[in-house]
Amino acid sequence: MSKELCFVTVIGEDHKGIISEMSDSVYEKNINIEDISQKVIEGYFVMSMLLDIQDSDHNLEEIEEDLQKIGEEMNLQVELQHEKIFKSMHRV
Amino acid sequence: MSFTVDEIYETASMTLHKGLDIRTVTLGINIKDCVDSDFEKFKQNVYEKVNSGSEKLTSKTEEIETKYGVPIINERISITPVSLIMESHSSKEKFIELAKVLDEAVGDAGVDFVGGFGALVQKGATKTDKVLIDSLPEVLSQTDRVCAFVNVGDHTTGMNMDAVNKIGHTVKEIAEKTEKSVGCAKFVTFVNSPEDNPFMAGAYHGIGEPEYSLNVGISGPGVIRSVIEENKDCDLTELSEVIKRTAFKTTRAGKLVGREIAEELNVPFGIVDISLAPSPMENDSVARIVEAMGLESMGTHGSTLAVALLMDAIKRGGAMASENVGGLSGTFLPVSEDLGMVEAVKEGSLSLEKLEALTSVCSVGLDMFAIPGDTPASKISAIIGDELAIGIINDKTESVRVIPAIGKEAGDVIEYDGLLGKAPVMEIDGNSSEGLTSRGGRFPNPLQSLKN
Repeated sequence: MSKELCFVTVIGEDHKGIISEMSDSVYEKNINIEDISQKVIEGYFVMSMLLDIQDSDHNLEEIEEDLQKIGEEMNLQVELQHEKIFKSMHRV
Repeated sequence: MSFTVDEIYETASMTLHKGLDIRTVTLGINIKDCVDSDFEKFKQNVYEKVNSGSEKLTSKTEEIETKYGVPIINERISITPVSLIMESHSSKEKFIELAKVLDEAVGDAGVDFVGGFGALVQKGATKTDKVLIDSLPEVLSQTDRVCAFVNVGDHTTGMNMDAVNKIGHTVKEIAEKTEKSVGCAKFVTFVNSPEDNPFMAGAYHGIGEPEYSLNVGISGPGVIRSVIEENKDCDLTELSEVIKRTAFKTTRAGKLVGREIAEELNVPFGIVDISLAPSPMENDSVARIVEAMGLESMGTHGSTLAVALLMDAIKRGGAMASENVGGLSGTFLPVSEDLGMVEAVKEGSLSLEKLEALTSVCSVGLDMFAIPGDTPASKISAIIGDELAIGIINDKTESVRVIPAIGKEAGDVIEYDGLLGKAPVMEIDGNSSEGLTSRGGRFPNPLQSLKN
């Protein structure tokens, strides 16, 4: 079955437990984490997580809502975006 | 991973930090098939078609907004120019009734504006066109969501100066009939108006358009300003290049969102309008972009050069990104809606004359600027005529949205709520223009050669 890929971008200050909290939230929703990268850009800690949501019963809104809650508790900005927008913007 | 963290961050930060958004998603609807000799039936047909289109539109945009994380700010409807379908119901009272039906049809579905209450009179006005123009003061004072336009000229026919004269009086009457002259924000006079423009107040569903058409306006002055600020030391060639690259990315985002909404609605995708559209927020100012390019204040010498370079670069990036770039695709320089423009007027660096010069290169008109309330109608016609002549001769869209500030004089300010911002009343000279404008007639169709 073809994958349905989305990126979660987490922006803020680095501290313990970010990946653990985020991955617990997506694991509970039967979402596979395909890849994780992180880097400091313009002074921000930036972590991106590639998710395959194909097997999940939850829609994007529900997935994002829970990730946003974790973001709020940990003082981080969180954005969930479908992979297609990155293909459109960054590949000719 | 198929994308670098830098690429992912760039996209996310455009929406999270720099104000990238889809400024408007506009569904164009043909309403010619609503015509009926029974006016009650006619109104019912219009309500049903416009309301069902509006409901479909609002039900789909939220889903796409969540999917891509790009905010969709406005959902709007544009319709066939109303004068075309009212020939057999040509009375002022019926125009007002139809406007109220349109107001309700979009309002009931949560759409904030419907455009197309207008006429195309470039060669001459029909009896119905004239009645429509006469009805505008009542229409715009008795409805909240109806936007009106009149196209008075184009590059193949020239400009209808009789219509421009009439509109000078109409604009004044609209100002007098509405609180803070706000009705004037819902009326625009055009030359070379595009049939697929998604932006209000001038959107309409042109006669060459299909049954439905989905057009989007992508905007993010903050994104462009930020890339200019990050490239302080590069020369203008390099600056053009970085703006172009950014415009490519934002246009691609607009095209993706527009196509997907059109697919969801099962209607043809029309165009992406790449106009820079300000709003009264610090991050959303076009004047601030121009200042970031190296000018102390918008309007000072160098501003025309800066705006020209800016829009040229945006068009290069946009045209590369999508075969569907269209609509207005210039930059909006509405005085009241842009914090930097308001400041520049107050500080004296931006005059009406300079604003007119800016529109000659790539902006789409004199927009949302206030003039003293006692300005004669003939002077308003002359201001409109000056601006639109630039469009006729240069074969480009130009428009005027002028606000005669009733009871106010130069230096006063009209404070609006929300997106309309605040309009400082601009100074205009006191010399009469009446002798010229009252001649009427038609500005002949312009030559396509001998262009200097």
